Amino acid sequence: MRYIDLGLSDYKEAYRFQCEISEQVASGTSGNTLIITEHKSVITIGRTGSRNNIFKTEGIEILNTDRGGDVTYHGPGQLTAYPIFKLENEARDIHGFLRFLEEVGIDFLSKYGVEAKARPGLRGIWVKDEKIGSIGIGVKKWVTYHGMAININPDLKFFSFIKPCGINGVKITSLEALLKERVDIEDAKLKLKESFKEIPLLAEAVCKRQ
Amino acid sequence: MAELKLPELAEGVNEAVVSFWHFKEGDSIKEGDEIVEMATDKAAFNVPCKFSGVLKKKAAQEGDTVKVGQTLAIVE
Repeated sequence: MRYIDLGLSDYKEAYRFQCEISEQVASGTSGNTLIITEHKSVITIGRTGSRNNIFKTEGIEILNTDRGGDVTYHGPGQLTAYPIFKLENEARDIHGFLRFLEEVGIDFLSKYGVEAKARPGLRGIWVKDEKIGSIGIGVKKWVTYHGMAININPDLKFFSFIKPCGINGVKITSLEALLKERVDIEDAKLKLKESFKEIPLLAEAVCKRQ
Repeated sequence: MAELKLPELAEGVNEAVVSFWHFKEGDSIKEGDEIVEMATDKAAFNVPCKFSGVLKKKAAQEGDTVKVGQTLAIVE
């Protein structure tokens, strides 16, 4: 798995970069690639999203994007992971891939001693009743793009500007809020990359773990 | 004439919503072109066309729900 750290990035530029990598992975000129970045503040609306789920912006840019899901916020202090992976053979199960992402997030948080879980019927990564990670993907030529966002230490006030993922009354948390101590974001990137390597991609294998 | 049907996307997923047509009726399509994007919960998936030809008819419009195996498009 190739790993690219984009640092702090503009959403649209990172999107164009994802598309380039996705074409490389689809054509076989690159292997599976994981991009990790922190975005400059932005609110995005996925394919099944509604602008009505945005209450205010205070000047933050709003973008429509071609991932699955509703409204979300990205910004500094949040790690956004874009796994550009080719789904082959029995891994061609899109919801299996969503479960894989949840497992990766759960594994990552366990490295900090945080017990997270997936919730039936609600996608994402949860700690008790609070949401710490969101997922939403796109698939072109059986290559995935978009992915998951995990809150390390973003300013959580921005999530009050939206109805995250279109879910009523959802409370958003972050790793620092849970641990009540500073988390080094560069170290977190490496841990997240490790989780992507350690968790098996095959949906079947992930299911067996549950 | 050939019918492009919604393929199986995932275990336990029986339907998806048309989110975006990449082609118009009358457009020429090559085998492998992704002609329509379908959305399920948290995933947007581009459906590749299995045939080359002209897109005669979109059997579903943006916002419509389509079941796995149901016809999406007619290509001639």
